[in-house]
Amino acid sequence: MAEDYTKRTEYTGEAAQMKAAHVLLREVPFTPSLPELGYNNRTLHIDLTTLTVTEKPVTQQMKDIFIGGRGFGLWYLWQAIKPTTKWNDPENDIIISPGPLGGNTQYPGSGKSLVVTLSPQTSIPIDSNVGGYFGPLMKFSGFDALEIQGKAEQDVIVVIDGQKGVVRIETAPLEPSDSHVAAEIFTAEYAETEADRRNVSIVSAGRAAENSLIGCLNFSWYDLRRKATRLKQAGRGGIGTVLRDKKVKALVCRGPQVRGDMNHPADMARITKVATKLHKEIHDFDDQQCHMRRQGTAHLVEIMDAYDLLPVHNFQYGNHPDTKKIASWIWDARFTQGIPDGCWYGCSMACSKGADGHIVKTGPYKGHVVTVDGPEYETAGGCAANCGIFEPDWLLESNFYCDTYGICTITFGTLTAFIMECYQRGILNKERTGGLEMTWGNAEAQMELLHQMARGEGFGKIAGLGVLRMKRIFTERGWGDPQLLQDIGMEIKGLEYSQYMSKESLAQQGGYALTNKGPQHDEAWLIFMDMVNKQIPTFEAKAEALYYFPLFRTWFGLNGLCKLPWNDIEPEDNAQTSEPAKVPDHVYNYCELFSGITGREIQKQDIITMSEKVYNFQRVFNIRMGKGLRLHDTPPYRSVGPVTREEYESRAERYDTQMREEIGVNPDGLSVDEKIAITRRYREDRYQKLVDAVYTRRGWTTDGVPPVSKLQELGIDFPELVEVVKQHGG
Amino acid sequence: MAARGMAMIRVNGDPIEWHEGMTVRDVLVARNYKFPLIIVTVNSHLVRREAYDTTVVPDESSVRVVHLMSGG
Repeated sequence: MAEDYTKRTEYTGEAAQMKAAHVLLREVPFTPSLPELGYNNRTLHIDLTTLTVTEKPVTQQMKDIFIGGRGFGLWYLWQAIKPTTKWNDPENDIIISPGPLGGNTQYPGSGKSLVVTLSPQTSIPIDSNVGGYFGPLMKFSGFDALEIQGKAEQDVIVVIDGQKGVVRIETAPLEPSDSHVAAEIFTAEYAETEADRRNVSIVSAGRAAENSLIGCLNFSWYDLRRKATRLKQAGRGGIGTVLRDKKVKALVCRGPQVRGDMNHPADMARITKVATKLHKEIHDFDDQQCHMRRQGTAHLVEIMDAYDLLPVHNFQYGNHPDTKKIASWIWDARFTQGIPDGCWYGCSMACSKGADGHIVKTGPYKGHVVTVDGPEYETAGGCAANCGIFEPDWLLESNFYCDTYGICTITFGTLTAFIMECYQRGILNKERTGGLEMTWGNAEAQMELLHQMARGEGFGKIAGLGVLRMKRIFTERGWGDPQLLQDIGMEIKGLEYSQYMSKESLAQQGGYALTNKGPQHDEAWLIFMDMVNKQIPTFEAKAEALYYFPLFRTWFGLNGLCKLPWNDIEPEDNAQTSEPAKVPDHVYNYCELFSGITGREIQKQDIITMSEKVYNFQRVFNIRMGKGLRLHDTPPYRSVGPVTREEYESRAERYDTQMREEIGVNPDGLSVDEKIAITRRYREDRYQKLVDAVYTRRGWTTDGVPPVSKLQELGIDFPELVEVVKQHGG
Repeated sequence: MAARGMAMIRVNGDPIEWHEGMTVRDVLVARNYKFPLIIVTVNSHLVRREAYDTTVVPDESSVRVVHLMSGG
């Protein structure tokens, strides 16, 4: 823990001169307003090509079908783009929406913004959820969503000032784009007092977002105790790349001072009742359960290792003897403790941990003292374990630079691990990487790759295209066996895997591959339920889980909620309930929260029904954009079973037992290659049977298409959707 | 796989070796179950977290250790 958590390099010395260089391109007044029953009933649209600023009404149909957040984002994106639109066409739209429950300060985890755009990596819609204050402050300025379309001719910022009632588009030629600097400077420029800094939030993406396809967005929040501008990331799918392609250096929102009643809920007492109960659970039980308040999601590092689920060396193995060097107790000591770390007001789970006093070792900020936001579990799994780098200081270094450069740590971890395995297997070498020695554990090479990515130079520029495109490039250049590259390149639909081993959980193979946006765990994390608990042994049981959980979790994204307070804290009597994995008491809380804010009464089944409309809409959207069929739900074999001899032999007893007991083949006397081939046939066949079961449960065709009858059942049988599914046998 | 005739219990369906005085905590250690959000039943009887160290698991028991979900 840093001796002085307020000590860090400051960047605001020239903020006044930088602001003076801005040129106002457009200024449009608006009437600030507060939501009524969670909605403002209007959104803000900005076209950077024409410099127009427009208000749009939110219709009752939008609220009934799409709810808000990710739903609003997908609806607006559908209208903004055509099937032929590319990510860098001006009509691509970035939509930020917090949802109707977003911004309440009573219930923990209620400050999320959902961001949707056409992804540079996948060419289909991406959705990403993020903390920080921007979405709620925008909502309390008067807008349920913000759309950014078009492209500016030069670097601009968009300022939404909810205190003064004005939207401005300004040039911003001098501020650096790297997020830890940009967020601090823009906060200083647009806050009128020190206290006002809490009312300002910045969305930015750093220089690597300009030079790669994997850029993330950083959403800021001002940490009063540290006197620091903290960052949370909308990481997946390259949204930061789209922002910088539009030449947006930052989105600035200055909202009103936050109060607890700003959503104007239907029944505040109802909300307060369930919120108070959850705060008490967190207070009473977190220290015995997940330690979220001290360690954040980093508490999972050694747990995943213990269950053979921590990805090591590009998902070859699930644990490593050196995991203890990056385990939770290391971060417990490195994180500054005892100060609030909620990324939105009122979140007593407070898992947005910060490692203060990191002295930067490399690159353009070498020697600077910075606060690193994290590492979270995914960053530790990806940038450290998956690359064989078990050094906490280097993990802080890669975490810091990924954030400030605007790179998703999950994506960076997985693609670097892929490069390192290609290096191990001779597919890459020092000559092909331009001198980078990408061996397992080489932290300095990892950092140089990241710096190259930021500069858009050398092998880093190729790496910044992501695993899908690297596979194509290596194949075109005759580097390596194409089948091997396909097997070990951990991406689906163009998105890199997040950091869990799915080899021994068939349900999780589906949890990754049958997602709408690509292999991110925020749809369904079923590994314990499947592999450890053995609660869902049949294809039908797995399919039921792959129906329920993706829909349940979609609902968080419609409403501006964080998933963590759902099941990273457990009520005292949860074990006695009929379905503890669903945490029924917390599901009840969400029904109360939604009903209490919006005045629309819902029961637990309504959560699933609401999500199912949006989930199926997104599936049809994928089909409209050329993906979303069975073919596109195919995982790389590394996520299903052992690709190499080393992998098979490292867990030979496990695989031999399966061969003997499930496949019905005696492994004695067979070569490892023969056993790999038999295991592969069995596991790939099993995966296809799972797909059949899941599609049946979801009401889709065998090609994964929601039929017209399903659209009718859900009330989303709009002519343009019907046309899409009819073309594909739906 | 335990040898025939050896005292056994089943944990989530898998056979493991049993010994006299074996507690729920011993079972969790034997299985390397480190996750904190778990629900333990022994022969369908719920064992509360604070009783893991003192609850003795009889021979031939069926132990369920249900892991809940957590993380991002």
